[in-house]
Amino acid sequence: MTSGRLLRRLPWWIAALLLAVGCLLWVYPFLWMISASLKTSAEVFTQGLDLLPSSPAWDNYARAWGEANFGRYLLNTVIVTVLTVVIVVVRCAMAGYVIARFHFLGRKVVIGVLVATLFVPTGYTIIPVVDISQRLGLLNSLAGMVVAISGAANVAAILLYAGYFRGIPRELSEAALVDGAGFGTVFFRIMLPLAKPVTATVTVLTFLSTWNAFFLPLAFTFSRPDLRTVSVGMLAFVGENTTDWSGMAAAATISMLPVVVLFVALQRYFVDGIAGAVKS
Amino acid sequence: MTVSAAGATASTALPRGRGNGRTSLWVWLFLAPTVVLYGVFTLYPIVGSYVYSLTDWNGFDAERSFIGFLNYQEVLADPQFWNSFTVTVTFIAGAVPLQVILTLLVAIVLNSPRMPLRRLFRTALFLPVVTTTAIVGVVMQFVFDPASGPVNLALREIGLAPDGIDFLGQSSTSLGTAIAVYVWKWFGITLVYWLAALQTVPDDVYEAARIDGAGALRILRHITVPLLKPFLVIITLLSVEASLQVFDLVLTMTNGGPFFSTEVIEVYIYRWAFASTIPRLGYASAAAVLFGLFVCLVGALQLLAVRATRRGGGRG
Repeated sequence: MTSGRLLRRLPWWIAALLLAVGCLLWVYPFLWMISASLKTSAEVFTQGLDLLPSSPAWDNYARAWGEANFGRYLLNTVIVTVLTVVIVVVRCAMAGYVIARFHFLGRKVVIGVLVATLFVPTGYTIIPVVDISQRLGLLNSLAGMVVAISGAANVAAILLYAGYFRGIPRELSEAALVDGAGFGTVFFRIMLPLAKPVTATVTVLTFLSTWNAFFLPLAFTFSRPDLRTVSVGMLAFVGENTTDWSGMAAAATISMLPVVVLFVALQRYFVDGIAGAVKS
Repeated sequence: MTVSAAGATASTALPRGRGNGRTSLWVWLFLAPTVVLYGVFTLYPIVGSYVYSLTDWNGFDAERSFIGFLNYQEVLADPQFWNSFTVTVTFIAGAVPLQVILTLLVAIVLNSPRMPLRRLFRTALFLPVVTTTAIVGVVMQFVFDPASGPVNLALREIGLAPDGIDFLGQSSTSLGTAIAVYVWKWFGITLVYWLAALQTVPDDVYEAARIDGAGALRILRHITVPLLKPFLVIITLLSVEASLQVFDLVLTMTNGGPFFSTEVIEVYIYRWAFASTIPRLGYASAAAVLFGLFVCLVGALQLLAVRATRRGGGRG
């Protein structure tokens, strides 16, 4: 009996072994990056495969954080990401709510335009976006970057909210209206809290895409290096210091570690959030 | 995904009786942020690109002269534009099937409750998704370095390539390597799509099949795959759309080179608009408009595919 059970489990353990090898390929570049960030430049060249440095060279981090400005870039990225997530969640929830719940003139036009532009690539719109931001005085500022990123795409978020709000029984808001609640109260006190699952999904998706954003921050910071986000700073760092491998690895580790820690801590929300988008 | 949500929203009629003046004021107040932001930073740029593309404009001077379709003539006659077009199509054709099929196989294995360590595997495979693409691109330059990168060191150790292979530095391998890194980077997100899709298959269907004596492979062929068909279309659509935006990975990893072998259209546009000493924004806009038309065409073909599967009786 027990040996039969073991035999039946064997294929799964073989599959697990194969997957484990695959997963090593997935994780190794990060381990290598962290290890390179603790080596001296010479060590990176001579002991590229060894993951353990002879003695950790913490000055790589000092160099990347201070001289190469990655402390500043990290702060910029956090500011831009947090503000963008808040704006996108609020504006998409509001738009999704009225689209789902109210009949107004031009509703079909609004939906049609949103769906038609669901998948517009950044590369297509970047030139006019930079031009109009310049004319509005928004170029070369973090606020401008936030406004431009929150204005792009995010159609999926509106449609997710609209789909969710449609499913909430109408009696709920009607009862609140009878009790004397206003339009805004019904939305902010009842509807938005009810839509938590969608808010989680939208937060995760917006967080990832904004933290990752590259084309727009790149175009917005050509003349303001101090406003770079980590992804743009990384490119500039490599351009200026092609030989400083260990400094580069330290900068990459500084830029990646916060998201990785956040992801490991909130893993369930990340994965369920993205899964939620597909299931609905 | 969201396409179906929109369809549901549009099809059902809403009560009209409540459309009094005060409510409709609120409605437009709620729509205002979206209308303004989306209008200025997405709609206007889509339309504006057409106007820009008809001008000769370097981005510095306030003045832009109208030159008609000259930009288009020049773009369409530029072999490098067609090269970037081919690179983009090759990239999609290489990355999307690889990504969609491999993730499906792994998802089916990871979905089984009998699979050991499945949470750990899922976390490991998802890890690259949360990391910044531009930084991954830079790190990969070093991972694939011919002299001291770990990939070549490992190849040398096992005696496969004693002289080292310059994966990103020669045009015969650069695009393939870029595709591999792209699939590696976004593997986890497609995997999660598939895992979510598999959750929609009710357990009792499997249970019934197992009682009827169906083996694992028969269950896969006759139950899992047919039930996943509508998701296949949606997940492919999302993957194609995502692969059109490889700009950050390519720019930081190869900068479009060597010899333009990895220059996707977005990098071509970037080069003319921002990276040359005398920017040609009108010219780059013409390339962008052609890119936009290409995206529309791809989208339209996919929508036709969605319709076809729906008519074929699939649930969507």
